[in-house]
Amino acid sequence: MPMNANDIERLIKGGIPDAEVTIRDLAGDGDHYAATVIAESFRGKSRVQQHKLVYDALKGQMGGALHALALQTGIPEA
Amino acid sequence: MGIEQFIENEVKANDVVLFMKGTPQAPMCGFSGQVVQILDHLGVPYKGLNVLESDDLRNGIKTYSNWPTIPQLYVKGEFVGGCDIIREMFQAGELQTLMKEQGLPVKADATA
Repeated sequence: MPMNANDIERLIKGGIPDAEVTIRDLAGDGDHYAATVIAESFRGKSRVQQHKLVYDALKGQMGGALHALALQTGIPEA
Repeated sequence: MGIEQFIENEVKANDVVLFMKGTPQAPMCGFSGQVVQILDHLGVPYKGLNVLESDDLRNGIKTYSNWPTIPQLYVKGEFVGGCDIIREMFQAGELQTLMKEQGLPVKADATA
């Protein structure tokens, strides 16, 4: 069951309340998205840690219902 | 030997290991193919392990690293990242730096 952009955004914000999330649908098939997640709580964390926080927020959907999520994470511009 | 032990051995025995879908010569997924291109561009020797050959490996690697997707790159036994992170590091020149710091041969002109 593919996911839609709102589900992804809601899950990410549920797990990372201060996240600013931008989702792009890459293929229109509900399976391939690009997401940019900017959050103050990422400050001081490595890219791997930041991405893991997003995957944790997606509660196991990543790699399952959600086949491909090109992810970019970062902290707000100072 | 359990899958966990197999993965541990591979990751420790090879300087650079890429758990991927398909093989370096024939990647079977766009993301795996992107990392292969980057590693080939750097010219660093690496071992490709095809997770499509074994479901145990395909799931075992995700548990091993607590990372839900394939491909996964390991350098000197350490998990470096998946496709997005490897591409970002490559574009920032961080991947080249990491390889050099680990004493791994990188082609001189391998810039982003």
